[in-house]
Amino acid sequence: MKSTVRDHGDVRVLDLEGKITIGSGDVQLRQLVEESLQGGRTKILLNLKGVTHIDSSGIGEMVGCFTTVARRGGAMKLVNLPAKINDLLQVTQLITVFDVFDNEGEALASFSA
Amino acid sequence: MVRQAQMQLLSSFENIEIADGMLQELCNSAAVEEETAYWVGMALREALANAIKHGNKLNPEKRVHVLVRIVPGEELCIEVEDEGEGFAPSDVVDPTSPENLLRESGRGIFYIRHFMDAVSFSPGERGGTRVALIKKLPKVEQGGLDEEHS
Repeated sequence: MKSTVRDHGDVRVLDLEGKITIGSGDVQLRQLVEESLQGGRTKILLNLKGVTHIDSSGIGEMVGCFTTVARRGGAMKLVNLPAKINDLLQVTQLITVFDVFDNEGEALASFSA
Repeated sequence: MVRQAQMQLLSSFENIEIADGMLQELCNSAAVEEETAYWVGMALREALANAIKHGNKLNPEKRVHVLVRIVPGEELCIEVEDEGEGFAPSDVVDPTSPENLLRESGRGIFYIRHFMDAVSFSPGERGGTRVALIKKLPKVEQGGLDEEHS
């Protein structure tokens, strides 16, 4: 998995690309979120536009990051979900857990709402 | 024409890519729809991850045995067998029930069952678990596939 880190005001945006799968991207995702929290960034937006594959480990890691961020009083949201990731969240009903946005502007604005 | 491939993988997550690559090539040669091939690939990935992590417990001396067989117009079958100590699929919880929704693990077999038409677990010949996955394929029009590959 490749990643780019951007800050928009107090929101940390993580642009993710490639695979979030067992033994590689899943661990990286956790590290990226942990580093953000350690740096005082508790509003995190995952941009999944470039993600080609995710498996149950990657999904599990997203859930773990979501609860970790919430426990620290922050929020982790998702933007630009590829159709296949959307399907995976739908069938496990996780789509009801995450705040999901179609465009980055709306997602960023939601953090200050 | 029936397509078949067999592999033995060392218990390393990197090898999941190799197996999925082999599956995708086989699907391509059998003209399996791209969407179907993607989700069957996802099921294979989950089955391999289980075999490597829970079956062989990442023991580098243990292998995972994979068989893929495609009968165009009929079905695509996958068998994944580990060399672990066996596994009871009844232990798997429902990841969609409210109390399990925020669990970090336990979705792999759920996804396998969702994307395949039939899934069965049985004791393997090597003491571990064998999981057999079946996806039904749409009928091929008479002559269509043979012409493409003749």
